[in-house]
Amino acid sequence: MSQPSPGPRRTLRQAEPVRFSRILAVAGERGERVVTNDDVAGPIDSSDEWIRQRTGIVTRRRARADVDVLDLAEAAARKALDAAGLTGADVDVVILSTVTYFHQTPAGAALLADRLGATPAAAYDVSAACAGYAYGIGQADALVRSGAARHVLVVGAEKMSDFIDPTDRSISFLLGDGAGAAVVGPSDSPGIGPTVWGSDGGKAPAIRQTHAWSALRDDPAAGWPTLRQDGPTVFKWASFQMAPVAAKAMAEAGVEPEDLQVFVPHQANMRIIDQLVKQLGLPESVVVARDIADTGNTSAASIPLATERLLAEGQARSGDLALQIGFGAGLVYAAQVVVLP
Amino acid sequence: MAYTSQEILEGLAEIVAEETGLPTDAVVSEKSFTDDLDIDSLSMMTIVTHAEDKFGVRIPDDEVKNLTTVGDAVSYIEGAQAA
Repeated sequence: MSQPSPGPRRTLRQAEPVRFSRILAVAGERGERVVTNDDVAGPIDSSDEWIRQRTGIVTRRRARADVDVLDLAEAAARKALDAAGLTGADVDVVILSTVTYFHQTPAGAALLADRLGATPAAAYDVSAACAGYAYGIGQADALVRSGAARHVLVVGAEKMSDFIDPTDRSISFLLGDGAGAAVVGPSDSPGIGPTVWGSDGGKAPAIRQTHAWSALRDDPAAGWPTLRQDGPTVFKWASFQMAPVAAKAMAEAGVEPEDLQVFVPHQANMRIIDQLVKQLGLPESVVVARDIADTGNTSAASIPLATERLLAEGQARSGDLALQIGFGAGLVYAAQVVVLP
Repeated sequence: MAYTSQEILEGLAEIVAEETGLPTDAVVSEKSFTDDLDIDSLSMMTIVTHAEDKFGVRIPDDEVKNLTTVGDAVSYIEGAQAA
């Protein structure tokens, strides 16, 4: 018996890569309420002076009770799309970085895409805490250059105030609510340098949730989980181990500190920002984002919020070279040099 | 080559002076980092990091809280470099 002969073999087609990507627009949305140090100092037996000296925070922005993390994400995303001259229909992928969306499934990104009219864009959440935006930019850069997507919406959104314990002296008083969004697309010239990223799960306890949600299921008296950190340990890691990561991102992008116009570190603590500037040997001409002073630490939203502010206030300009680095719970980190939109 | 305790004290005093602006001669063995030199937990971590680099030792984060006085730190570093 003769077998039917196979047809001619076809060669698989792969997506056509594009050479360069860039950030087309960045925008943000801050929580509406201005929360002062005096507002948070009482339950932790602290003071305005102590909080300013340890953290550089003067006020933090927090959202109203009826605003959730997707509301913040949507507001920031709409502004970013408008600024890019695009609509939801132009978006191929929505990446939402958040640790404060309280559904295990479905991902917030899918709901966000629907709100934006971005369906049927691919949509998924990233859990990389304060490094989430820089993780997202790294993924968006790879997706666009590989040809897997033309426009990627990256949103870092957090309602950290859903996750705080007013009596906690370690991290709660630092935290703010907000969202930042960027649209990444193809470019005629290089706009996003190589992402230097990684993790160190051996240090996971340094920034942690008090207990798992499953503990609440097993014992309702366990209470709502909140965040804690070992402040000095995180300070040391962020200040001294993240500087070489940021330096490597510059080296891989082929730029020297003198070539930068802007430095946008995650807004965790002013003391960490100051130490990073020192360790990196950034010249005084480099504008350093210090949005933490009146926004607080907004986790994944902090880098785009700080970037958007520098651009809006004229401290940074379109075309400037900016070094950005996110770092946080995991521990995880990511850094890249980008051209500002 | 191991540093002597006197060399460690002098090196540590330079690091503390750089971080705090205090004169090096204010940094003597019996002084408490917190109570006498007014060094907070974050500045202490900066000092520890620079001391680790300078003396080629590792000071675990959990150990730092036990280093109450300058002399405690000198002893710890002296012991750590011998280990």
